[in-house]
Amino acid sequence: MTRAKTFVGGTYPAHNKDRTKAQPIALAPVPEVLIYPLCQHIGAPCEPLVAVGDRVLRGQKIADSTAKICAPIHSSVSGKVIAIEPRPHPNGQSTMAIVVENDGLDETVAPFVEPKGLDELSPAEIVEIVREAGIVGLGGAAFPTHFKLVPPPHAKIEMVILNGAECEPYLTCDHRTMVEKPELVVQGLRILMKALGVNQGYIGVEVNKPDAIAALSSACAAYSGIQVVPLQVKYPQGSEAQLIKAVTGRELPAKKLPADVGVIVNNVGTAAAVAEAVQTGLPLMERVVTISGSMVERPQNLLVRIGTTFGDLLTECGLKGQPGKIINGGPMMGMTVGTIDVPVTKGVTGILALSEAESCQLEVGPCIRCGRCVDVCPMFLLPVFLGQFAERGMLDKAEEYHILDCQECGCCSYVCPARRPLVQNIRLAKSGVLAKRHQ
Amino acid sequence: MDSSKLLMSSSPHQFHRDNTSRIMLEVLMALAPAAVLAVFFFGVRALWIMLVSIAAAVGTEALIQKLTGRPITISDCSAAITGLLLAFSVPASLPLWMVAIGAAIAIAIGKAVFGGLGHNPFNPALVGRAVLLASWPAQMTAWVEPFTFLTTATPLAALGLESAQTSYGALFLGAVPGSLGETSALAIIAGGLYLLWRKIIDWRIPAGYIGTVAIFTWIFGGEGLCGGDPLFHVLSGAVLLAAFFMATDMVTSPVTKLGRLIMGIGCGLITSVIRLWGAYPEGVTYAVLIMNALTPLIDRYTQPRRFGGVTR
Ligand code: SF4
Ligand code: SF4
Repeated sequence: MTRAKTFVGGTYPAHNKDRTKAQPIALAPVPEVLIYPLCQHIGAPCEPLVAVGDRVLRGQKIADSTAKICAPIHSSVSGKVIAIEPRPHPNGQSTMAIVVENDGLDETVAPFVEPKGLDELSPAEIVEIVREAGIVGLGGAAFPTHFKLVPPPHAKIEMVILNGAECEPYLTCDHRTMVEKPELVVQGLRILMKALGVNQGYIGVEVNKPDAIAALSSACAAYSGIQVVPLQVKYPQGSEAQLIKAVTGRELPAKKLPADVGVIVNNVGTAAAVAEAVQTGLPLMERVVTISGSMVERPQNLLVRIGTTFGDLLTECGLKGQPGKIINGGPMMGMTVGTIDVPVTKGVTGILALSEAESCQLEVGPCIRCGRCVDVCPMFLLPVFLGQFAERGMLDKAEEYHILDCQECGCCSYVCPARRPLVQNIRLAKSGVLAKRHQ
Repeated sequence: MDSSKLLMSSSPHQFHRDNTSRIMLEVLMALAPAAVLAVFFFGVRALWIMLVSIAAAVGTEALIQKLTGRPITISDCSAAITGLLLAFSVPASLPLWMVAIGAAIAIAIGKAVFGGLGHNPFNPALVGRAVLLASWPAQMTAWVEPFTFLTTATPLAALGLESAQTSYGALFLGAVPGSLGETSALAIIAGGLYLLWRKIIDWRIPAGYIGTVAIFTWIFGGEGLCGGDPLFHVLSGAVLLAAFFMATDMVTSPVTKLGRLIMGIGCGLITSVIRLWGAYPEGVTYAVLIMNALTPLIDRYTQPRRFGGVTR
């Protein structure tokens, strides 16, 4: 095997993956009530296609929109719509959601397309299937996948990269997917490649997942042009710009899209979902979620119906006591939630319950100018100064120091020995800078 | 489970184990070998100087914080480091009350007036030393021989006076006259390597500093060009102490990688120039202080090219 590739900068948080990485994905119980927020993706929210009292089938489209950047939403059970009202969203806000009561019958709609072999599918058909299936980036970003498959005309796409880095600590949902369904991942990659008309495909996987690398390597052995790329274990290896750098050596220019350097990146889970949709003609209704953290009794990966609440899953896995924090996503970029009544949306990769000791408010000290934040910043920024400018409201200065290039990976806050809330302040200042621009 | 007890906070939710006090504690540990050797060479008196200096530094910090109503932060060990570094840079014969005054000044004028830890532009220990040197030049250069306590000149000063060369072996182990902590190259290098290994200091500063002194004194330090004695210059005086422990002080050195290299090279150049052509036999104090003053400028002009900042 060639030397594992990587990028410059970054850091090495403890993986905390051991408790879940070796266990097979289990089926989560299907709850009685499921909640479908109308916006589960980046882009315009959907409009409901059903009304309170309607019966819906499993796989039925219940919300959609004509907006370009949007993905329709489907019911993951059969049952009755009991409410369309604001409900807490895992991103912290309260948004309109369709609430469905499960009748336990799992009566499923007919496939929305006839399943076809890859050779018979045209790129346009693939894009349409991906859109109709409501597939979004399952790595957490939740960007509508069909939109990525129609790159701007000036971009010359050369390759598809699948992101199997899974650099966030605790999370192993992609790891298990790669180990258990390598053929599906590779099939998904081939479909994406066909949609984009390219013949180069790469799957980047951190070397702490040798079983995933082995499984994928044998699954793609039969196909020329597809290659597994071992990556060094380093955070944020799975960040788009850093992944592209590691795999291709190309540096994504500031404010540009991967398409501008000829690359389309998708998560491995997304690829598997695409393959499944093409094979079954059914939409995205479930995803793998890692439930872990020191307060979880039986940490594991569950195949979860979209709309299941965090509470349902934490009950299934058992809580050891009162958690101090519950996180939607991983510990580096995930967000805390204030209630466990939030549902799993398409972008939820993990649910972590941390202990009160792990969650105490950290005592912030003065910056000792150690420069560690500068050393780790994968965007080569100076977080120490960005943080200061942000704190003092010096937005022009912050912009001059390229605050908008910060991708909020959190490496700087992670290493800061004074525990300065660097990303937190940078994030606020970034929105300040953007707001000022729009004026 | 009670949702109201859930803490809401911004990411990240996992942190590196190093925190400020831990880093400072490790710096103290790295200074320990030199402290032990100082006691070995200069006896109990060295111990007293170190204790008085640390006590005065820590006491001054606590007192000022109490008077100004700020939280007392002496447990972060940063004042103790200042005290120990100051003790390392005075001769064993210095009266203890002068040591105490130097340490108090180091903290009060070198650190507290700027707002405490992280805000001081100059290395506090060197501020203390500079003030002592200006106030009591005679006592500050009254070097004593190790073991015998006879007054003598340091190897560096001796170089200026006669041509009495001190052996490399003596310089390396530290059995030479000089300040408490600057005599033994062995102990300083051991501590410095520890800090490098623990990634607490950046190799660029000591490498830039020592490398520059070696090259510069080799080229210009002897008769004609390239006839100098770089090893003597590196091993003698406070070059190693400053290169590993003073110029690397995080608060007062640049945060960028290139900036740190410039810091090291700048310190090396100024030290060499003062040594070879200046009025003082030793130049590290002013070298580091001058580079401290330039640090904000260096940071400003050594901003790394940002990722994706390619011109296309
Ligand atoms: S890591 Fe923290 S203490 Fe160190 S320079 Fe950055 S902000 Fe300052
Ligand atoms: S400044 Fe932004 S990009 Fe750089 S380490 Fe911090 S969060 Fe990451």
